[in-house]
Amino acid sequence: MVNPRHIFDDELKNLRADLLRMGTLAREAVDKSIKALINRDMNLADEVIIGDDVIDKMDLDIEMKCMELIARQQPMARDLRTIGTILKTITDLERIADHAVDIAKIAKILADQPPLKPYIDIPRMCELSLSMLDDALKSFVNEDVDLAKKMCERDDLVDALYNQVFRELLTYMMEDPKAVVRALYLIFVARFLERVADHATNVGERVVYMVTGVLKELNV
Amino acid sequence: MGNNLKIKISVKNLSIYYGSFLALKDITLDIPEKSITAVIGPSGCGKSTFLRALNRMNELLPDVKTVGEVLLDGQNIYSPDVDLVALRRKVGMVFQKPNPFPKSIFENVAFGLRIQGIKDREKIEEIVELSLRRAALWDEVKNKLNRSALELSGGQQQRLCIARVLAVQPEVILMDEPASALDPIATLRIEDLMRELREEFTIVIVTHNMQQAARVSDFTAFFLTDENRTGMLIEYGNTSEIFTMPKDPRTEGYITGRYG
Repeated sequence: MVNPRHIFDDELKNLRADLLRMGTLAREAVDKSIKALINRDMNLADEVIIGDDVIDKMDLDIEMKCMELIARQQPMARDLRTIGTILKTITDLERIADHAVDIAKIAKILADQPPLKPYIDIPRMCELSLSMLDDALKSFVNEDVDLAKKMCERDDLVDALYNQVFRELLTYMMEDPKAVVRALYLIFVARFLERVADHATNVGERVVYMVTGVLKELNV
Repeated sequence: MGNNLKIKISVKNLSIYYGSFLALKDITLDIPEKSITAVIGPSGCGKSTFLRALNRMNELLPDVKTVGEVLLDGQNIYSPDVDLVALRRKVGMVFQKPNPFPKSIFENVAFGLRIQGIKDREKIEEIVELSLRRAALWDEVKNKLNRSALELSGGQQQRLCIARVLAVQPEVILMDEPASALDPIATLRIEDLMRELREEFTIVIVTHNMQQAARVSDFTAFFLTDENRTGMLIEYGNTSEIFTMPKDPRTEGYITGRYG
């Protein structure tokens, strides 16, 4: 027998694919912005800044599609939770992409200034935050509650790294007033990466809600 | 669910047979007072049979056997000493198709009062007006109370039928698909009226329209048939929970439109 909801199911499937595409673009933007920072690559930084328009447009498009599905298909139960999850998650992904733009702008500022110190902890933070985002998206696609929960636990590691970077850069600033501007920008970068991990945690919380119906903070 | 609510109707192990066919099997649920409880489920799942069991309307059909108890304020309505007329006055019913009598608007609402033997003209007028007001129909009909009820629109006729039930001062109102023959606006007026009536009455509604159950009810019971076409209660709970996170996969399948 034909599934009586096949039209709705197809649209929901497309919506989930759209969300995944948007997440992949946001992830790439963060990755590129940190590469632009480390390699002093102005072109790559510009690519991130210009590319944000695409992600902003996806945010609006997906939101409109969600609203249309709610209005026209009256989703219930898990379908409703899935659409609610998508609506919330696109905001997190859009913010992540915005932070990539913030980092890209700093990369452009720092590109023609002498390096303060070799980049060690910031690439590690980036790697960790992006691994969280990867798992958040994977848990959404596979509806994997365990993966989402485990991913959220790693937010503590990112927070710890952020505090470490903050303290270290503080010492640079105290030693040399000429280092203040550069150190401050790097603290911003670390802060943006820490926010990326927070947004990934939000996505994980929504995945748990989507699958189980239980809505709660997973890392407070 | 509804921990602090007083229970108006308590259904205990209710089974109903049509001849040898088991139509409804072992239903147990509590209906809180001054609330709206919706019964949903696919055609033939026994939801109307269940509704009719709440004021012993099934007995009007031949060869029906009812097993179990239905307690109204703690009294079993199936005990032999129950006065059926008094029971059906207390537990009124509104049907799928508006069924006004071919009489005037006034006489439709006064009908139950006259049967009760009330003769006082002023009192009857007073109750008719109050009932029509409560049914949100008064303003539309106050200048034509002596016109035939059959001249009213479908939505007005259904509100008239509700006024007719209200006139005999019921405690529980049973509604069997009360809006399925009405257009969307008339449907919303009935739903709006139900929300108002819920302040004073206990309402049980059977509906095919899931969105209606989601919009209007406080509690939802989901019925389904087994392989022998016997109706069963699958899940019962707060409407907000049933429609956002149902516990039983069969409920999930039905309300998301994938059952069957």
